[in-house]
Amino acid sequence: MKLDSNVPSGPLEKKWDKHRLDMKLVNPANKRKFEVIVVGSGLAGASAAASLAELGYKVKCFCFQDSPRRAHSIAAQGGINAAKNYPNDGDSVYRLFYDTIKGGDFRSREANVYRLAQVSVNIIDQCVAQGVPFAREYGGLLANRSFGGAQVSRTFYARGQTGQQLLLGAYQALSRQIGLGNCQMFTATEMLDLLLVDGVAKGITVRNLVTGKISSHPAHAVVLATGGYGNVFYLSTNARGCNVTATFRAYKKGAAFANPCYTQIHPTCIPVTGDHQSKLTLMSESLRNDGRVWVPKRKKDPRPPQEIPEAERDYYLERKYPSYGNLAPRDIASRAAKEVCDQGRGVGLTGFGVYLDFTDAIKRLGVETISERYGNLFDIYETITGENAYQVPMRIYPAVHYTMGGLWVDYNLMSNIPGLFVIGEANFSDHGANRLGASALMQGLADGYFILPYTLGNYFASAHPEKVSTDHPEFRKSEADLNARLQRLLSIRGKRTVTSFHREVGKLMWEKCGMARNESGLKEALRRVPDIRQEFWQNVNVTGENTDLNQELEHAGRVADFLEFAELLCLDALTRKESCGGHFREEFQTEDGEALRDDESFSFVSAWEFQGDSKSPILHKEPLVYEELKMTQRSYK
Amino acid sequence: MNLTLRVWRQKNSQTSGSFVVYQAKDVTPDMSFLEMLDVVNEDLIRQGQEPIAFDSDCREGICGTCSLVINGVPHGGQRGTAACQLHMRHFRDRQSVTIEPWRARSFPIIKDLLVDRSAFDRIIQAGGFISVGTGQAPEANSLPVPKQKAELAMDAAACIGCGACVAACKNASAMLFVAAKISHLSLLPQGEVERRQRVLNMVKAMDEAGFGNCTNTGSCEAVCPKEISIDFIARLNREYAKALFSRA
Repeated sequence: MKLDSNVPSGPLEKKWDKHRLDMKLVNPANKRKFEVIVVGSGLAGASAAASLAELGYKVKCFCFQDSPRRAHSIAAQGGINAAKNYPNDGDSVYRLFYDTIKGGDFRSREANVYRLAQVSVNIIDQCVAQGVPFAREYGGLLANRSFGGAQVSRTFYARGQTGQQLLLGAYQALSRQIGLGNCQMFTATEMLDLLLVDGVAKGITVRNLVTGKISSHPAHAVVLATGGYGNVFYLSTNARGCNVTATFRAYKKGAAFANPCYTQIHPTCIPVTGDHQSKLTLMSESLRNDGRVWVPKRKKDPRPPQEIPEAERDYYLERKYPSYGNLAPRDIASRAAKEVCDQGRGVGLTGFGVYLDFTDAIKRLGVETISERYGNLFDIYETITGENAYQVPMRIYPAVHYTMGGLWVDYNLMSNIPGLFVIGEANFSDHGANRLGASALMQGLADGYFILPYTLGNYFASAHPEKVSTDHPEFRKSEADLNARLQRLLSIRGKRTVTSFHREVGKLMWEKCGMARNESGLKEALRRVPDIRQEFWQNVNVTGENTDLNQELEHAGRVADFLEFAELLCLDALTRKESCGGHFREEFQTEDGEALRDDESFSFVSAWEFQGDSKSPILHKEPLVYEELKMTQRSYK
Repeated sequence: MNLTLRVWRQKNSQTSGSFVVYQAKDVTPDMSFLEMLDVVNEDLIRQGQEPIAFDSDCREGICGTCSLVINGVPHGGQRGTAACQLHMRHFRDRQSVTIEPWRARSFPIIKDLLVDRSAFDRIIQAGGFISVGTGQAPEANSLPVPKQKAELAMDAAACIGCGACVAACKNASAMLFVAAKISHLSLLPQGEVERRQRVLNMVKAMDEAGFGNCTNTGSCEAVCPKEISIDFIARLNREYAKALFSRA
């Protein structure tokens, strides 16, 4: 396999401009001759489908939800970064680029990240024009706030519902194109296979979730915008439906999977209460702007938080990282929480929780200001826990939140399979080993609005792909294989529920491949995952039929893929013998317990190539070359 | 605690449905309502029965997928809360709970507690947008928006499109949903140009989808998980009247 990043030559700040000039164009009259499939309707998928339809391409967009507006981007709370420098506090494209590279622990591609920072400013313009109701100052201009890990205020927000408002903007743009007949929307339809003809992506096979019918859709190019794989941990902040199926099926067809071990744990989630728990809820980390994180100094302190005097509290983030304090990056804040809980100083019934306390902020700013800033988050917290965070400190604990890894793509966002493009969280490209807060929304929209519409045209104009018909034998074979797989799942009728397997593999992954990993734990996980998988295929009970809506069958297919993917994730984590960003190997840490990178041996992208069900995948390395920045060890002290 | 559930079961849109009684055992106060149903479903599967089909996704009250009528009230009657955020601490031991799908002609039942809400998408496709193509936008701060107006637009934009307003309304009217989008876009200067045509197109699509008329009972506002105010319906009516009687 050849991994060519296709990064244009020339100075960093000129690369994208030069590339846009060098790329070939499709004549406006010819655009309607090209059909594009977009899978997923979140920020990346909806923005791409809308923009491509506006350009004149014939677009088909697929989502498994009952409406494109329900994609999980909707749940993002905090905000979206852009290098507008409205607050005049020293921000610039270069600084956003630098912060993103540094936040990603020097494991991302310079040219991609610089381009992301460049187009960030256009995103805000676009969203405001669509009617996204961003927060404003009294003068009517846009408000900004600072966000986890950044020393400038570059985050735009719409209360605690920024993801919702940005997604509705993209959804409305997409709806306009659907109404105009430029885009055909397939809701409640799940992609189950990628079609290749002579090594080129030519379409997908899907299952209608309401009727159970399998059908094929040919196209000139396929765009995957299917999100991340956080639900391999069972409990995460992802929606229940989020899954790895689309990207994993592409991997099994030859697309390289890059850096699966880079998973982000979010430090501020509501702690788990019991086995029935079906998902975890994030409290936006914007809360850390005003809340102070602490645990009692004493182990298993039984007193309620208000009765613990100041001197007996450990504000451990402020103590360990004086210059960033409570705003320390996500991975650092998460591990610090795990550390104090492992010491027995955790709070709440399970002991897996730390306090996030607003008492000082309320004294300083008043209840009204705090309520204006975080009112809806305090409400969410009270709804779930029954506690009033204006009066007692919140309890928080880290949870899986975002996955930086994904299908490998080049500078054009095309995978190693010609004609297969991957955008948003589904690709690996911009966040390196760790994503900064408020950058996921930025990347999704950058890819969909401002990058893919250019690079996809270049592919059409230079590769001249031909479309195949639905009668192609590859489609017939794929449909037959999928039907056989579904029948096999339905015929097992064993003793265990699909959820019980998902929970089992998720717990194993969280314990052995979660916030901190080590060789023996990863090896144990690599031994146990195949056992769970084997039992799944012998003992799962998938009820119902394949001929109408069957949620158990949907879930079973996704869990079956997680049970294979989990192994790849552990293998990547085992192979990367260093700590960086969201990947923390206990064997590789500094004396102070900080992540210890090994730039000499590991400054590369790990891209895994599938070799067959019973064989180990092959590791390909894309070296990361830093022309502009000097690699430095992160320090948030 | 233990609960008795009366749940609407219906195989598909072609067959008729009926209530079936189930027991929910060992329910804890920290469970969400949907987690309680998850536990009941796992029991059903272990007994070889088909689980109860119901819709949910984000389970944090923002995606608008969940759609249960609980004891006659869409989303269960906890103010400003979607069913996924309703917790069992609001129920008591041995309580009997009736669970139904949204009931409206424009939301046909797909299976058990799931309904087809694509009519909402069609209303948005008819005009619930600002026509700005990618790349056409002017600099974001070139058009100031008074803070109060932006906040009011945000109040309306908070709608999650769940359809509880329709389910609660005795006329199965979609006025609150349409009013929220009309208000959001007409309050902002960016939405000004298409203001007249937008409201005419969206109301037409709403009527074509078969939703009923508004008789101002206010039940939509009472069940809305985002507490969207019916003041926006008054705004929609004004916008519609103005559009109808003004020239383009």
